[in-house]
Amino acid sequence: MIKAILVFNNHGKPRLSKFYQYFNEDMQQQIIKETFQLVSKRDDNVCNFLEGGSLIGGSDYKLIYRHYATLYFVFCVDSSESELGILDLIQVFVETLDKCFENVCELDLIFHADAAHQVLDELVMGGMVLQTNMADILCRLQEQNKMQKAEAGISAAPARAVSAVKSMNLSQQLRDMRLPDLPQAIKDLKF
Amino acid sequence: MALKKVKGNFERMFDKNLTDLVRGIRNNKDNEAKYIAQCMEEIKVELRQDNIAVKANAVAKLTYLQMLGYDISWAIFNIIEVMSSNKFTYKRIGYLAASQSFHADSELLMLTTNMIRKDLNAQNQYEAGLALSGLSCFISHDLARDLANDIMTLMSSTKPYLRMKAVLMMYKVFLRYPEALRPAFPKLKEKLEDPDPGVQSAAVNVVCELARKNPKNYLSLAPVFFKLMTTSTNNWMLIKIIKLFGALTPLEPRLGKKLIEPLTNLIHSTSAMSLLYECINTVIAVLISISSGMPGHAASVQLCVQKLRILIEDSDQNLKYLGLLAMSRILKSHPKSVQAHKDLVLACLDDKDESIRLRALGLLYGMVSKKNLMEIVKKLMVHMERAEGTLYRDELLTRMIEICSQNNYQHVVDFEWYVTVLAELTEMETSAKHGCIIAGQLTEVGARVADVRAFAARECSAICSRAAASPPGPATREVLYAAAYVLAEYCQEEQVMRESVSPLLLCAGVGGGHMRARAVCVHAALKLTAKLLSIYEARGELTAALSVVREALAGLRPLLCSEDMEVQERAHNAHALLALVMRRLSPSDDSLPPTTTLLDHDQSNGLENETLGCELNGEGPKGFSGGLIEELVDLFDGELKPVAPKAQKKVPMPPDLDLDQWISRDRWSSDSSSSEEEGEGAVFAAPPPDPRPTAQFTPEELQMLREARRQEQANNPHYLKDDSPRSYQQDDIPIAEIALEVPLQIHTKRSDKYLMTRESSKKTKKEKRSSKKRKSKKAVHTSESESEEGGGMGVVAPRPAVAEGGELPEGAAPSDEEPPPPPDDPHRALDLDLDL
Repeated sequence: MIKAILVFNNHGKPRLSKFYQYFNEDMQQQIIKETFQLVSKRDDNVCNFLEGGSLIGGSDYKLIYRHYATLYFVFCVDSSESELGILDLIQVFVETLDKCFENVCELDLIFHADAAHQVLDELVMGGMVLQTNMADILCRLQEQNKMQKAEAGISAAPARAVSAVKSMNLSQQLRDMRLPDLPQAIKDLKF
Repeated sequence: MALKKVKGNFERMFDKNLTDLVRGIRNNKDNEAKYIAQCMEEIKVELRQDNIAVKANAVAKLTYLQMLGYDISWAIFNIIEVMSSNKFTYKRIGYLAASQSFHADSELLMLTTNMIRKDLNAQNQYEAGLALSGLSCFISHDLARDLANDIMTLMSSTKPYLRMKAVLMMYKVFLRYPEALRPAFPKLKEKLEDPDPGVQSAAVNVVCELARKNPKNYLSLAPVFFKLMTTSTNNWMLIKIIKLFGALTPLEPRLGKKLIEPLTNLIHSTSAMSLLYECINTVIAVLISISSGMPGHAASVQLCVQKLRILIEDSDQNLKYLGLLAMSRILKSHPKSVQAHKDLVLACLDDKDESIRLRALGLLYGMVSKKNLMEIVKKLMVHMERAEGTLYRDELLTRMIEICSQNNYQHVVDFEWYVTVLAELTEMETSAKHGCIIAGQLTEVGARVADVRAFAARECSAICSRAAASPPGPATREVLYAAAYVLAEYCQEEQVMRESVSPLLLCAGVGGGHMRARAVCVHAALKLTAKLLSIYEARGELTAALSVVREALAGLRPLLCSEDMEVQERAHNAHALLALVMRRLSPSDDSLPPTTTLLDHDQSNGLENETLGCELNGEGPKGFSGGLIEELVDLFDGELKPVAPKAQKKVPMPPDLDLDQWISRDRWSSDSSSSEEEGEGAVFAAPPPDPRPTAQFTPEELQMLREARRQEQANNPHYLKDDSPRSYQQDDIPIAEIALEVPLQIHTKRSDKYLMTRESSKKTKKEKRSSKKRKSKKAVHTSESESEEGGGMGVVAPRPAVAEGGELPEGAAPSDEEPPPPPDDPHRALDLDLDL
């Protein structure tokens, strides 16, 4: 079983977290912090398995991680999982993200954590490996996104326009252009 | 009003969406918390809107904030609203938020039952799939019970995607609602042969998880799995199946025999390292479970070890790590085969990768022998010095102590060496935790290895002197606890003793936070002083005796007002006792306090006069202290022996013990009179029978004797001191006398066991067993053991070099293990016999 999947950057900022066992928010943050401290001090040319991590797991659990550019992908698993298998799974996860985002980078995960979750949900379900075939995963994702697009239809157009405007970073200026407050005289008028 | 509405709608269009939120947080790095608090307020407003699109947007933002550590459980109702939307887009947002923030004990979960059921039965497979994925993260007992049937129906869906998800989901249902396992099992079994490989793999996955915890119930599936293993090419599934066989073989050796051949073939043929590694692991499991009589057994072991050697020698650190991990499994059953690769393991100790060094450390205990122990420990000491990171350091220390102490110090030839190693580890001043471990070892070696005691006492004396000279580090602070004890208990050399009194008292005064060793140091100093006095008295060296008492009194004085309560208490006791001796040796000495706090001068003089009178009346010569020193030494007489871990539990209930009986004054007083006869032989006896009839005591004398007894008790670490000393001053409380004079027949305390050791040491059963070892060890340490046994311990029966185990009550067997208390594991409820 997989107990948790964490993605954080080189500074320990969480980019995606999925816990298959309940921890409250404070505990989740502590686990991310502890895991980051354990993983970040390791060189890139050492092995990808790590024992310890007092908060999550115990002796039966292992941290299996991969470091890609600015991101760490960490899986916390028990002894029923194959270590090398999980390493492959991380690779599949990252490659699928890469296909979905076209050259995935940290920014994609920052702004589209929800999309990354959707990818993950096709890979792992409730802590168990669901699908490891990338073509299958991509196919499932595409079909779901198609459904979403169909739903949006015409009504999505204005929203897309607004988001395009926002992306130009005009929003702040627009927000600053506040509508004038209603004149005091009108406010005081009682009907 | 109309104007306001227009404004509201216009601003709505510019509501922050998730991207804006993320961007805003990034632009407000300096006051992130404030910005997020502001966003939370906005979200709360948005959640109050009727528009589902606005709500979904708010929930999406909440999901992001949850990842940053913000509690969003207050929004559970809104999340459920979004989940129940008809649009897949919003459903996705809702289910994601639910899977991230809901858990089995969430309130309001019962609101979701019907909605989830509707989604599970949706026309679109992705809606049902979404519901399954979400549910798998927060399913509760009630949800599992209510939805089990719907999920089971999905297991027979026409769509493989749903079958696969439903099969995996069933495992979560079983965990929460074990009653579902029996009815669902036939279907699950059927899915093992599903035409879709994904479904098959999911079913294998679920059965593996189930069988891992309760393997015996799944033995009947072995033929199905065997067929799958020989036909499937899906490595993921093969790995799971092979892992499952690893769990099953210990229960069915015949299965193991059948497995060896196909597994060996796979090992030779596969190119996938992950599969190769799991095959080796399962072969190891098979080899462990079946006896060595099988043909080809040795060859299989050889094959595994050789393949592992290739892995360990690989440049890929991951393979190296796994190779070592698997080696440790073989080590347990076939130590010889692994020892052949000692060079490899030792080389890994120097690897730059901590995980690999840790693994190699784990293998070390099988690699050490009498010959190479010192060398390996030396290597580890070097690592210890330059190790960074507490985890590795902790592991190093525990492993080092483990390899030395394993099998009752089997590989340690020279205990002086071992004690020195312990002292050196102390000097590294790592942490208090390490100090505790080292302290434990010092005490243990002191107690078990009689031959090394003199040496250990010298080393401990050095530790104390060092701690007294400069402020001790965290490790020394803990080690002092043991060092003071070992020094005082086992030291026989006059010079070492003489030089240790002052350092010990200085150590007792060390400040800088709590230190449990301080009180022990006071006690140890008193013990040493008493021993020294007895030596000097035997030789008639009054000056030397006076000088040591003076020194001790001077050292104790600053401790009389120590801020540590126990130090103060013990210092007062020791001071009073030594003052008593001083008054006897040299009544007008400068070092005596003008008026004692505990004793009235006239009274003590009165006692002295009487005792002196006794001597004159023909009691015989008793040295210059008139027998006082002898009695002082008696306080510390007798050897403390280790008690077996479970001795306490095995103490039989005395047949005449009636816990319901009233403890009346009559009963106790009759007991106390009978016990006085046997007082002489007891180790920590009540004051020796007084030649004078009791009637002759004046109230003052009685007071005096009580005081002396109280002192003795207070200084005796084996008395429970929960009674406040003041209670003894009240004449009308009979309990005080009971505690003094009745040797309890119910030996329920550890201390009582120690009390009895002197008398019952002949009965010790352990000694016989270890006598063989004693002979071999004796040869090495003859000179020392002679000097030590000549040193006044002759009364006690000869001890083995390394005493094993510990004291047990008569008739109790040392071995019977008690099963550990069952953990709170949902798998226990899944332990069902499924062969129907």
